[in-house]
Amino acid sequence: MQSTEDSTFPRLLLEHARARGDRPATREKDLGIWQTWTWSQVAADVRALACGLAAQGFRRGMHLAIIGDNRPRLYWAMAAAQALGGIPVPMYQDAPAVEFVYVLNDAEIGYALAEDQEQVDKVLEAKPQVPTLQHVYYDDPRGLRNYENVSSLDRLLDIGREFDRANPGFFEAEVAKGRPDDVSIMLYTSGTTGKPKGVCQTHAAFIVAAQGGCGFDKLCSDDSILAYLPMAWVGDHLFSYAQWLVAGFTINCPESGDTVMTDLREIGPSYYFAPPRIFENLLTQVMIRMEDASAAKRWLFRYFTAVARRCGPEILDGRPVGTLDRVRYAIGNLVVYGPLRNVLGMSRIRVAYTAGAAIGPDLFRFYRSIGINLKQLYGSTETCAYVCLQPDGGVRFDTVGQAAPGVEIRIADNGEVLVRGPMLLKEYYKRPDATLESIDPDGYFRTGDAGFFDAAGQLKIIDRAKDVGKLATGTMFAPNYIENKLKFFPHIKEAVAFGNQRDKVCAFINIDMGSVGNWAERRGIPYSGYTDLATKAEVQTLIRECVEQVNAELAQEGSLADSQVQRFLILHKELDPDDDEMTRTRKVRRGFVAEKYAALIEALYSGRTVQHVETQVKFEDGRTGIVAADLAIAEAKTFAASGAKAAA
Amino acid sequence: MTAVRAIGDSVLRLDGVSLAFGGVKALNDISLDVREHEIRAIIGPNGAGKSSLLNVINGVYHPQHGTITFRGKPRHDMDTHETAALGIARTFQNIALFRGMSVLDNIMTGRNLKMKATVLEQAIWFGRARREELENRAKVEEVIDFLEIQHIRKTPVGRLPYGLQKRVELARALAAEPSLLLLDEPMAGMNVEEKQDMCRFVLDVNEQYGTTVVLIEHDMGVVMDISDRVVVLDYGRKIGDGTPDEVRNSKTVIDAYLGVPH
Repeated sequence: MQSTEDSTFPRLLLEHARARGDRPATREKDLGIWQTWTWSQVAADVRALACGLAAQGFRRGMHLAIIGDNRPRLYWAMAAAQALGGIPVPMYQDAPAVEFVYVLNDAEIGYALAEDQEQVDKVLEAKPQVPTLQHVYYDDPRGLRNYENVSSLDRLLDIGREFDRANPGFFEAEVAKGRPDDVSIMLYTSGTTGKPKGVCQTHAAFIVAAQGGCGFDKLCSDDSILAYLPMAWVGDHLFSYAQWLVAGFTINCPESGDTVMTDLREIGPSYYFAPPRIFENLLTQVMIRMEDASAAKRWLFRYFTAVARRCGPEILDGRPVGTLDRVRYAIGNLVVYGPLRNVLGMSRIRVAYTAGAAIGPDLFRFYRSIGINLKQLYGSTETCAYVCLQPDGGVRFDTVGQAAPGVEIRIADNGEVLVRGPMLLKEYYKRPDATLESIDPDGYFRTGDAGFFDAAGQLKIIDRAKDVGKLATGTMFAPNYIENKLKFFPHIKEAVAFGNQRDKVCAFINIDMGSVGNWAERRGIPYSGYTDLATKAEVQTLIRECVEQVNAELAQEGSLADSQVQRFLILHKELDPDDDEMTRTRKVRRGFVAEKYAALIEALYSGRTVQHVETQVKFEDGRTGIVAADLAIAEAKTFAASGAKAAA
Repeated sequence: MTAVRAIGDSVLRLDGVSLAFGGVKALNDISLDVREHEIRAIIGPNGAGKSSLLNVINGVYHPQHGTITFRGKPRHDMDTHETAALGIARTFQNIALFRGMSVLDNIMTGRNLKMKATVLEQAIWFGRARREELENRAKVEEVIDFLEIQHIRKTPVGRLPYGLQKRVELARALAAEPSLLLLDEPMAGMNVEEKQDMCRFVLDVNEQYGTTVVLIEHDMGVVMDISDRVVVLDYGRKIGDGTPDEVRNSKTVIDAYLGVPH
């Protein structure tokens, strides 16, 4: 690892090409075979790309939009833009063209790199409304042969090599001009509140964050990760780009979004990062497949996961465990945990992280219990996803860890978490008002999250500060906390709890189509689609049992006993980013949902038992349709705060 | 898209082809031509003789009358082995895949004609058997990439949903690197999204590989959107032939589809 003093990402890349030129830097599965590029090959292509962009008029301070799945050349284009002193702006590849328009205009994009025809089509659809956009490049030429006004990366590389020959020393000079406090990347916030904002981060900020993380977990050039999360997400930028260039490990790009599971198994990464949603999906898939297994296997699985639950996490943490349990765990490791880790593609994991949302305690414990060193971290786009990390041996399910090296944390009077350090954003692009508002006079960034430090000095996040409210009775109401408890059930995909300034807590539920669909099939319950399944009486009973279990847990938790969910309904459609109900990172837009489904909330609180609803939905291809249903509203049993006695 | 594919001379011509099963005249004096690089649709009500026509082209049925001229060579009828060797591949209305075999193996069968190694050589994985297998596998991987079915490479076909099975069938046909592709209702039974994908693939095949496509399809939206010329059959007779617009406005065609007032 080099010193931070004058490092920029392009310089780190050149350093790796010098120090370990023939070691693998990037792999991608193409035509069924893993292709490898060494550090010197990557450096050569980045050089050619940078020269190509320069030949096409790309200059210091300009912005290059990058849109697509995780492809090697898309990452290299980031480095190429940075080498010229430009700023890459990765964008969410699953957003529709209308959402492109805002970001492309806000960032005054002149150059855009789209992965394939699908993305090029969207960029071209947005182009008439984006006067600054001049150059559009694509990586995968498939289907694009006859497009006009777009050009391939291959051609850009050729132009670049020619330019490089004609202007020797140009590239080196450009890289030398780069300064650590230049903006290295602009990442757009997901827009949980209002329009997305462009977060400008410098080379120095991301390098500090990456070095801190690498040092903390002893990551080195021998590690290997799968780059599969959206490139526009700060987590991917930290793990698959910043730490890649700082530690010099290998990133592996999956063949396609649908093959991630297989690719994960083939690569067997040693370092892994995923939002809780992915860990949850993996576990749901395992559980569904276990139900299909023979009785003997099911028994083995049940028995040994119970053993693991009892002593697995303790063994991982190196805490004392009885000899008999150790023996049982060793046998379990041989027959269940080992093979299961292998199926999950996690046999070689040294460190796995989850972040982005709270993870269900049982889910978290499950992964740790089978020997996967899953930890939590806490951060945001504005802090390079680097605020708190859990140290090995100090992992707890309900905290996000201690302050990462170099980070100062303070809790404001209203419970909001404030952080300060070298990883803070430089500014919000063209939004000095927002920048000023987000950083307090002492230089602390307001995270917007409410939390506190527990006795062991680890930070515990309860909820978004602005979401935490009070019930009419005056007790605290933290909707996220309740929703997370609900979402831990494999049958429940999403939940939205209401209760601020109200006399009781009510909730919307989204069932998990895979899990509940499978459940229904096993019971011979016919259904035609999501809406039909969601309105089945049997499904409602199933969900009610989950809600009541959550209520029983809440009853044990002191002041949260008042937050038990008294009435709920199962929504007739899945909450979807295409309908603006969720952000692209799949966080529910609480205010929007409350407004859109005001009639349903009204029905929950007015005691009605049935409510008709019609909702317009947007399909992936941009067409719209109507989903209508009569939703039944169910009462859930609540429990007295003292224990498990039914109260209503 | 602004492209204009260079549509060439006719590669396939049918002259006065008639096919009868006993007293049933499936095809009655059909003449039509298919030009190089075009997408040619065959439409018509149920039982009009569309599938019979495809079966005549690739040699499953042998017509009683007429001639079939393929790449300048006139014949009385075609033969299935011969058509496959000539570069004609097809998919079927009812999926005809090996359900117990993986997607990859199914597509590999499309390369069968390109493999020369003997059974013995293949059994001991020796000499050209090994070389051929590798070459052909590489070609199959290209097709898999082209049709975006990497994620189901190793999945047994029987476990796949209908829309994907259709795509695998197309993949097998493409693996034979055909110059003429016959598609029998490639979009039947698909939802809107699957249909869109399939249209995209057919257009891409046509554009990227220059493959001439003859397809039977019931979805008029699809037919009018992607085909260059359309031929309309009714009760074994040709009642219309021309560009989608010409066919759409033809009175005989409208009558055949909507009925005639009495």
